[in-house]
Amino acid sequence: MADAHAAGQTILVVGGGISGLTTAVEAAETGYNVLLVEKDPHLGGRVAQHNKYFPKLCSPTCGLEINYQRIKNNPRIRYLTLAEVEEISGSEGNYTVRIRKNPRFVTEACTGCGDCSAVCTTEVPDPFNFGMNQVKAIRNNHAMAFPSWYYMDPEFAKTEAAKTVAKSCPVGAIQPDMEATIIEEQVAAVVWATGWKPYDAEKIRPYGFGQYANVTTNMRFERLANVYGPTSGKIVRPSDGKEAKKVAFIQCAGSRDHNYLPFCSRVCCLASMKQAAYVRDQYPDSEVTIFYIDLRAMDRYEAFLQKTRDDAGISWMKSKPARIEEDANGNPVVIGENTLTGERYALPFDLVVLATGMEPHSAVDAKVPFAGASQDDYGFVTGGVLAAGCAAMPTDVASSVQSATAMAMKAIHAAVKRG
Amino acid sequence: MTYDLTFAKDVYQKAEMGHWIKMCMQCGVCAGSCPLRAHWQHSPRQLFQMVRAGKRDEVLKSSDMWMCTSCYNCIVRCPRELPITHIIHGLARYAETQGAADPKQPTRRFAVDVFWKNITATGRVGEAMLTMRLYFQDGIGAGIQRGLEMRDSALGMLKTRRLNPIPFRGKIKGYDGFTKMLAKAAELEQKLENKA
Repeated sequence: MADAHAAGQTILVVGGGISGLTTAVEAAETGYNVLLVEKDPHLGGRVAQHNKYFPKLCSPTCGLEINYQRIKNNPRIRYLTLAEVEEISGSEGNYTVRIRKNPRFVTEACTGCGDCSAVCTTEVPDPFNFGMNQVKAIRNNHAMAFPSWYYMDPEFAKTEAAKTVAKSCPVGAIQPDMEATIIEEQVAAVVWATGWKPYDAEKIRPYGFGQYANVTTNMRFERLANVYGPTSGKIVRPSDGKEAKKVAFIQCAGSRDHNYLPFCSRVCCLASMKQAAYVRDQYPDSEVTIFYIDLRAMDRYEAFLQKTRDDAGISWMKSKPARIEEDANGNPVVIGENTLTGERYALPFDLVVLATGMEPHSAVDAKVPFAGASQDDYGFVTGGVLAAGCAAMPTDVASSVQSATAMAMKAIHAAVKRG
Repeated sequence: MTYDLTFAKDVYQKAEMGHWIKMCMQCGVCAGSCPLRAHWQHSPRQLFQMVRAGKRDEVLKSSDMWMCTSCYNCIVRCPRELPITHIIHGLARYAETQGAADPKQPTRRFAVDVFWKNITATGRVGEAMLTMRLYFQDGIGAGIQRGLEMRDSALGMLKTRRLNPIPFRGKIKGYDGFTKMLAKAAELEQKLENKA
């Protein structure tokens, strides 16, 4: 460990998504040491899973790549992947943190050549694509993954086959017997940027996700539309691979609902409009219907709503559907009341996309392990540590970046006070 | 059509559970969930909006709230946890106390003229009398016809001891306490009525 003076200048950033990356580079480029901790094998978080993002509908690979370059070129940033913060003690300016670094089973000597993946015959459901396809048990998530080192599934590492795969590595980087290590650090500030996970759609029983193959979720749909996704970007329905040309988006699926997530996630309306554009771009003869209670196109995005409204291939139904059934052809049938006319409807679609909301990781699997931390009823972080992006509130990428920059400033403030 | 600006306030204060109507966000889940929606002129969502809009006569004279079978689908699904079934019953009761309910509405006739009289007379439901009164509500001919139609169900219920065939079974134990409870309930209801 460095001396007390230097240690006081380190900022811990927990979570390597767009918020954590932003806080890390902003603080490091100002001259402070940053330790960035990410629980997944690669950085990029939720944004890396998106096909396109707001407001220009460009690929997030571009925005992330710039941040990866800034990290690579900055010696003040250390990052740990497959790592989780287990305990925080102390107070602002002088925290002690214990970090568990889980084994990757591949060392940093990995060149990303892919020989191991070619040799490996064991396949597992792909978590990056929400289990919609199978992938090799040793891999990296996609061509633009950072760091580009491969990683091995822990269950596979225990097998004899893992040893065979290890032998295929030309640089000897694969170590199936690698173990977890515990790291202790002194830091001046903690920025919690653990982001969000899609709300578990199976809990919304009347909508039949998990029961009907052609009812999917908005995050799955991002992968379905992405060139690295399970269908190489072809928008087809899961049951029979038929082109999904008649697509329904159901807003507030499990959101603004006391039975599920009580709050509004602020992004799902726009996300569905964006995804409607994926369908309309891929199939000019497609028909999209968006079911909504009321539309919330936050602040500067009103223009996007207008653009969506101008598309004759997109229709709107002011209604929160009551339930979904399946007809004899495997078409999901959306049932409810048109609240503008009072008429009941039962409309069949090729594919139904549930616009599920954001559940903060800090509510589920990334609670702040610090006695001085406070979280609100929904699990968003309110105090004790600094919270950036969706750990603080549900929000879009641009606002997450703003929030993360603000937290870099606050963290620097804490580090300066410590001296 | 007359708009009555005091109507919503009356419902919030005087109808049982009426204040919950304020919380409705007009999403339509209740309407889509109701198995009898086809038989309602207005869905619960529409009724709530009509209350807010001050359509006193249209709401109170409507037959809609008498159509509810208390299946509780709407309560289970309502995203804002409105006790919709209870609100609907509260509206029906309010319509009745206001003398606005349609006296010919079949469910109202059963509830007020048959069921209430039956249960308050002895403190228990006399199934045999209840069924007979219901069947013969529209005359002797109609009563005999409905009785014959339902014969198999009645015999099945008798066999499985779900129906007590004795028409007069006398009062329950503690009938005095029971009537005191009813009197107290009526008093509370009157208090609600006098409010504001």
